[in-house]
Amino acid sequence: MGNASKPRKIRLSTTPTPEALAELRLGDVVYLDGLIYTAREGVYKRALEDKANIPMELPSESAANFHCSPAAAINEDGTFRLGAVTATASFRFTKWIGEWMAKSGAKLIIGKGGMSAKDYKEHFVPNGAIYLTTVGYGTGALLGRGVKRVKAVHWNKELGLAQAMWVLEADNMGPFIVESDLAGNSLFERENAKISANLAKVYEGTTPAVLKRFGETDDRSDEMIG
Amino acid sequence: MIPIDIIQKTAEILMDKAAIEIPQDYLDGLQAAASVEDGDLSSFVLEAMLENYKAAKEDRRAMCGDTGTPRWYVKMGNETQIEGGPIALEAALRRATANATNGVPLRPNRVHPLWRTDHDNNVGIGAPEIEYGYEPGGEWIDLITVHKGGLFGTDYRMLFPSDGIQGIKRFYLDCLVAFGKRGLACQPAIIGIGLGGCKDTCMVLGKRAACLRVVGSRNSDPRIAELELELKELGNSIGMGAMGFVGKSMVIDANIEVGYCHTGGMQMSVHAFCLSSRRAVARVFADGRVEYRTDPDWFTDYQRRETVEWEMPQNHEKSA
Repeated sequence: MGNASKPRKIRLSTTPTPEALAELRLGDVVYLDGLIYTAREGVYKRALEDKANIPMELPSESAANFHCSPAAAINEDGTFRLGAVTATASFRFTKWIGEWMAKSGAKLIIGKGGMSAKDYKEHFVPNGAIYLTTVGYGTGALLGRGVKRVKAVHWNKELGLAQAMWVLEADNMGPFIVESDLAGNSLFERENAKISANLAKVYEGTTPAVLKRFGETDDRSDEMIG
Repeated sequence: MIPIDIIQKTAEILMDKAAIEIPQDYLDGLQAAASVEDGDLSSFVLEAMLENYKAAKEDRRAMCGDTGTPRWYVKMGNETQIEGGPIALEAALRRATANATNGVPLRPNRVHPLWRTDHDNNVGIGAPEIEYGYEPGGEWIDLITVHKGGLFGTDYRMLFPSDGIQGIKRFYLDCLVAFGKRGLACQPAIIGIGLGGCKDTCMVLGKRAACLRVVGSRNSDPRIAELELELKELGNSIGMGAMGFVGKSMVIDANIEVGYCHTGGMQMSVHAFCLSSRRAVARVFADGRVEYRTDPDWFTDYQRRETVEWEMPQNHEKSA
């Protein structure tokens, strides 16, 4: 590597105390212990819109919601084979996240790419939750190694394997990076601001397309999500 | 005649290899990027990825949990015949895709766009895609599988001759900056750029430029090759690295492929083949012999031919 310095590494429970969460700083590297469940659009729709009963005790069993579908299969005897585990992009779940947090008591939202600072202020901060981003993306094999076993799969018949609610037993599972803190600050937004400062120079000499498109922004510091 | 059972068995092995083994050319490119990266967070990310490739091989598990949308590129020599014909070939590739999805396992990503039906095997309407190419001479079939992630990093724009090279650079930067934020494109990536053709072929050219050329290869047109290097450097000068963190590793390589287009237009597409640039290739011969490799060697002189007739070069066996 170049002249890079190493980030801080921290082990964290998937039912974390408010004190443990308050310790975390943007850019810290986190490894998780305890139960994690996957929930993305399928689970959110079923639990929140169709009002199905959530088949777990939340948040006492787990306060860690992973936006993820593992590369995994269910054997004929009902056991599981899990290979790699990689997150999916979280910004698409804004419409459900507030209601989901209120209902599930989730304190750790884990996924790809974070959510907007607006989501953090509106939904994460009031619920005392933070966002952990996966690394890469994605370190699927490393995260797969951190899963001691698959405890259960719920709703796979209704939603298919990719959208099912997988309950994973994490043992020093990581790496994840702290993307938002309890105050709702975002690491991605901090980095975007630094990069944006240089963009005008990079674009120098290039010309806008002669044929415009609707709905575009020409402000390169804009976020594309949300 | 190429035995169909060998085709299916080989295809299953390729699905496994693609999902688990990062191609050496991409690995070399990423190691080179990591050696000069000085952004703290970007560096950490690249280091974690290098460790991840090792873990995937050691454990024989997929390198990324999003195993993409597996697809097939098939190339045949002019004398090739397949036992059971093209219908049997397509059935074998669909079976291999389904079997490997359960076997590796891969994530069953493929669903119906409206009804979200998931067969849990990555097979459905139009899935996996199977595309074909042909080469003069020879009795062999190349099976190429590509597992590319599908949601971010790709865009198309109708540019015009008056947009020129500066317009190309602008749209290229727009794609990298827009999809690079928060690392949605899973960069550093092999960036494939399609120029010309029609809208659909422009997309196909860009995708193939990203997925079917190895890192370090250059377009056979020296002026295009020069532009490739220029775009690579431009992408790495944005100041953005892995995951959209401050850094300098966005582009492992920039590959351009062109096709003749409408005289008034200059179609452009941009594709990003991610940190898990997954491809695996095998050539199956009529005697049942199988040779595995990671270079698709898709863009031969024949594929890029410009004229009506094609004169077979003396060493066509080698170039094909």
